[in-house]
Amino acid sequence: MSAADAPLIEARGLGFVRGGQPILARVDFRIGAGEIVTVVGPNGSGKSSLLRLLIGAERADAGAVIRRPGLRIGYVPQRLAIDHTMPMTVNRFLALAEADAGARRAALMRVGAQGLGDRQMIDLSGGQFQRALLAQALLRRPDVLVLDEAAQGLDQPGVGRFYRLIEELRSELGCAVLMVSHDLHVVMAASDRVICLNGHVCCEGAPTVVSAAPEYRALFGLGTQGALALYRHEHDHAHGHGDGLDAGFGEVPGAAGRERAPDDAAHRGHGRQRSGA
Amino acid sequence: MSVLGDFLVRAGLAGLGVAVAAGPLGCFVVWRRMAYFGDATAHAALLGVTLAIALELPVALGVAIAALAMALTVSAATGRTYAMDTMLGVASHGALAVGLVSVSFLTGVRVDLMGYLFGDILAVTRTDLAVIWGGAAAVIALLVWRWGRLILSTLNADLAAAAGVDADRERLILTVALAILVAVALKVVGVLLITAMLIVPAAAARAFARTPEAMALHAVGIGAGAALAGLAGSWRFDTPTGPSMVVAAMLALVAANLGAAAVRRRKPG
Repeated sequence: MSAADAPLIEARGLGFVRGGQPILARVDFRIGAGEIVTVVGPNGSGKSSLLRLLIGAERADAGAVIRRPGLRIGYVPQRLAIDHTMPMTVNRFLALAEADAGARRAALMRVGAQGLGDRQMIDLSGGQFQRALLAQALLRRPDVLVLDEAAQGLDQPGVGRFYRLIEELRSELGCAVLMVSHDLHVVMAASDRVICLNGHVCCEGAPTVVSAAPEYRALFGLGTQGALALYRHEHDHAHGHGDGLDAGFGEVPGAAGRERAPDDAAHRGHGRQRSGA
Repeated sequence: MSVLGDFLVRAGLAGLGVAVAAGPLGCFVVWRRMAYFGDATAHAALLGVTLAIALELPVALGVAIAALAMALTVSAATGRTYAMDTMLGVASHGALAVGLVSVSFLTGVRVDLMGYLFGDILAVTRTDLAVIWGGAAAVIALLVWRWGRLILSTLNADLAAAAGVDADRERLILTVALAILVAVALKVVGVLLITAMLIVPAAAARAFARTPEAMALHAVGIGAGAALAGLAGSWRFDTPTGPSMVVAAMLALVAANLGAAAVRRRKPG
């Protein structure tokens, strides 16, 4: 990564308010070409809002988002509710990315969804649907692939396969990847940089640095110690042990729930003080 | 005989003009669940008629302005204090009531209220035809120009944003198209049944269509067939023409769904 490269997307001092509630405050962000950045944070921490601000789906109440001119974004939303009154074959959906028939077939093949072209989108299974969304994002020849909890609703092996596919695609296309997830042990493995978010940026850096940071521990609890160990383990040996992953991951939500509250309050108070000044 | 043929031909052409524009636009109304919104917009037409007569403007222009003003007001106000459907209900029925009251204030002009409420397609003049086909062409041009972006923003606003498409702008385009269609369809089916000509052919087309484009084209075909069948029926049975067209479209809707169910049953497995 050369520091001289202009960032693909950069944000400074982002603030976002919904229904009188501050969702994000003073968030700085940047992603460079080819970088993999993962945003982690508890539910309601503003992860999806940050992503939507960065792709231009929402306008910030404070600060600014600067996208490199002509930036091509491949976006895979958390879910896409297609109204059943709208007929939409997979092929027609992919054609929204202005791709010809050959490119559409190749993209479906690449994401492992070959032969689905003539099916209706609403008839696809969860996994097939996510693959169709991913194929659509690829057809835009993205500079940055943006994934919002894109593996949600897939089973545990499905999640692993999905993220492995993302890693492969990233090295093939050379695009940057920006993703939001709470599948900590899976996503952190491949990230260049992790941003820990809870209304504001709690901490940021390489996965090992972030997972050792006290702010991160406070948000996700000590359970992540185990998850990180597994992450290292998984990284060393390509064939992860499914049982171990499940057991390690199972601890996280409870621990996070217990330990979040006091820290959360402290941070929020802190944030308000600063934004008032 | 030729005079008779002439006004029937004009009526047929007027009905076809509305069907061609209402088909694809009606699909968006169905996909985006805007039926009630369409009602509110259409009901503002009566107020537009009063406005046009009072200010001595062309009726179609007054109607388009009133419909657009209503649509923009409703879009801006929804979700603020009341739920969407309460807000639309107030706007829709309020506009109708205010329109009916406003017509009674017009002095010295005899307004054919029934004609505006239910349409008066047999009285369509050459000028009306020019307005109808001009408006229909404008609606089609708007939709064709923005088609890909409209489909994308209807599917998902975030996906549209990522592709550089502003969903708010596309909604505005649809709102303008809807206001034009209200002005176009007023003379043909009347204030009360405009929404029916939008959603019934589109809903009937859903039964067989596999893509948005196919659904829009089928809706045009079904709407055109219903317009001509309704006209023929009203001639044969001496029934009001606008409502007869809607009845024909309803029959097509039922037939399409029965047909689709039969096809599904015949498929093996």
